[in-house]
Amino acid sequence: MSYFDPANERTAREVIDRYPRPRSAVIPLLHLAQEQEGWVTPAAMVEIAEMTGTTAAEVLGTGSFYEMFKFHPVGRYLVGVCTNVSCQLLGGEELLHHAEGSLGVKAGGTSDDGLFTVEDVECVAACSEAPCFTVNHRYFHRADIDTLDEVVADLRAGRSPLPRGAAGDDGDLPVHGTLARVRQHIPDDRRAGIVPPEQVDGPPAWLLADEAE
Amino acid sequence: MIMPSTYVPHAAGYVDNDGPKIVTSRFGHEDSFTLERSLATGGYEGLRAALGMRPADVHAEVRDATLLGRGGAGFPAGVKWGFCPEGVWPRYLVVNGDESEPGTYKDRLLMERDPHQLIEGCLIACYALGLSQCFLYVRGEMALAQERIATALNEAYAAGYVGRSVLGSAFSVDVTLHWGAGAYIVGEETALIESLEGNRGMPRIKPPYFPAAIGLYGKPTIVNNVETLANVPWILRHGAGAYRKYGSEASPGTRLFTVSGHVERPGVYEVEHGITTFRDLIYGEAYCRGIRDGKQLKMFIPGGGSAPWFFEEHLDLPLEARDVGQAGSMLGSGAIIVMDETTDAVRACHRMVRFFARESCGKCSPCREGTGWAEKVLLRILDGHGRPADIDLLLDVGDNISPGPYPVASFAAENLEAVPFPPLQTTICPLGPSAVAPIVSTIRRFRHEFEARITRSDTIPVVAADPGAGL
Repeated sequence: MSYFDPANERTAREVIDRYPRPRSAVIPLLHLAQEQEGWVTPAAMVEIAEMTGTTAAEVLGTGSFYEMFKFHPVGRYLVGVCTNVSCQLLGGEELLHHAEGSLGVKAGGTSDDGLFTVEDVECVAACSEAPCFTVNHRYFHRADIDTLDEVVADLRAGRSPLPRGAAGDDGDLPVHGTLARVRQHIPDDRRAGIVPPEQVDGPPAWLLADEAE
Repeated sequence: MIMPSTYVPHAAGYVDNDGPKIVTSRFGHEDSFTLERSLATGGYEGLRAALGMRPADVHAEVRDATLLGRGGAGFPAGVKWGFCPEGVWPRYLVVNGDESEPGTYKDRLLMERDPHQLIEGCLIACYALGLSQCFLYVRGEMALAQERIATALNEAYAAGYVGRSVLGSAFSVDVTLHWGAGAYIVGEETALIESLEGNRGMPRIKPPYFPAAIGLYGKPTIVNNVETLANVPWILRHGAGAYRKYGSEASPGTRLFTVSGHVERPGVYEVEHGITTFRDLIYGEAYCRGIRDGKQLKMFIPGGGSAPWFFEEHLDLPLEARDVGQAGSMLGSGAIIVMDETTDAVRACHRMVRFFARESCGKCSPCREGTGWAEKVLLRILDGHGRPADIDLLLDVGDNISPGPYPVASFAAENLEAVPFPPLQTTICPLGPSAVAPIVSTIRRFRHEFEARITRSDTIPVVAADPGAGL
């Protein structure tokens, strides 16, 4: 039985078709698996290996290098508080301690209701907007403990907290695993042609045309 | 929440300073990321200009502009573009959008606010060099940037700017949006390629020093930073001559600088490269307006977490790679972290070293072991359990990663001269050596703070911060 649901299976095939070699799709497919279930299950890795011509061990080998992939269930909302120097200078560590205290977990842990996982994260590229935290990789700039409390209250009440982020982001906040809410799609009639490198043996058409002139 | 007076809600962090705008020209528009807005403001005109030229002439235009790489090393993009070996096909373009250097927030803004400008830059590079496919590698954590680029690519494909027969010409190229999954080291270009091939993101052995020789799938590959490529459409629209009118002879154009930390108005500023000084940027009325709450500057990091630290006496240096390198540091990714007199040097040093310890990929022993031990020793000092020999131990661990005199800023009061950049290294990539920067920088200046922590005989010699400052 296939791991991916039918819609995700089609998406997975489309992702693989965007690369000259299927193995390049391993990381995007791990994201897709995480989007489907909130974490990367062993069954997902077996399926990804089959689709990309690798082995499940290789998929785990690649995936375990990267911080974003979770190989065990985590909360519905991943709260990442940045404590790197730019944020540390303006209270990032105090913000992390507040998140740990108010949600009742230590960094890395998940709250008893399964809603929140708190992480002590490295620089997330919002340095002038410090201190900063993210929820499922959506930004909350220039945050203080009140911002964090309000965001948590919003999520508990089923409201989108994104407008509080002042980061130009809006709409619903997706659950953990979903990154972009829009996928790339290359229409067949617009495709230039993606082929394995060994099938290319000369310069592309526009360079040949230039040389012929 | 503290909002500065010029806060632009839709481009949070960007501060308009009335200077020339090359890459941030659309940031004032709320819908700057749409194809419609892009086209209404000169979008894809650089591509049209390029398609009317011979590919080699497009390359020459970028080379003549002396467009320096904006990712960290500052290598001229036009020269890098020339490193592809003759007669080896296909060739690829990989865009490095894995911005993770501590203190750096500019590529994310460029990707979120103006994805079409970046795509246009990629297309021009592909046309000039005969690159058959472009991979836009966006940092995994940047969900909104991925979303905006995916939307922009879908629009651009549908409108005929990307894909088969671009604008009806013989030029055809596919652009693939790829995204990472959380690993700082992937910003190193050979690690980026490993990651794009579906592997653990570990840097490759050098030589070859540039993936232009052997890159993605073993083929010639150009790896450029997001901001570098974002400059290219402007250069093709207005010409290399117009570009060179801004900035200095050696570093033309403008550059994005992220200023964070204890300044009155932190933000992302587009400033003329090479001629503006650190003092202008940190104290200028048009820029950061000085240290917050009237406090004194203690130190600042001039080029991201990997750069050795600067002090009051270095404020008048220009934002010019060569001058900053001679003075013992680097401009790196254009990230300036400002720390005032309330900052505990040991604590800041520990946090920066901890970053490198967490992000070491583990391939080279000096870095894997050294960064971890340095972090543990610093934590011991911070916790009040330091030993008198720990300071020299830290320097010794650093010397095993980066042998010989490590780049460091001058210290006029003690008659200590600068050691110019770059450091030597016993590792494949610069991550390990970067971890030595905060150690050497802080021990040279603030040995007494380390000693105070270790002996526990006196208080830490910093000005007390206001309780709850920043929160």
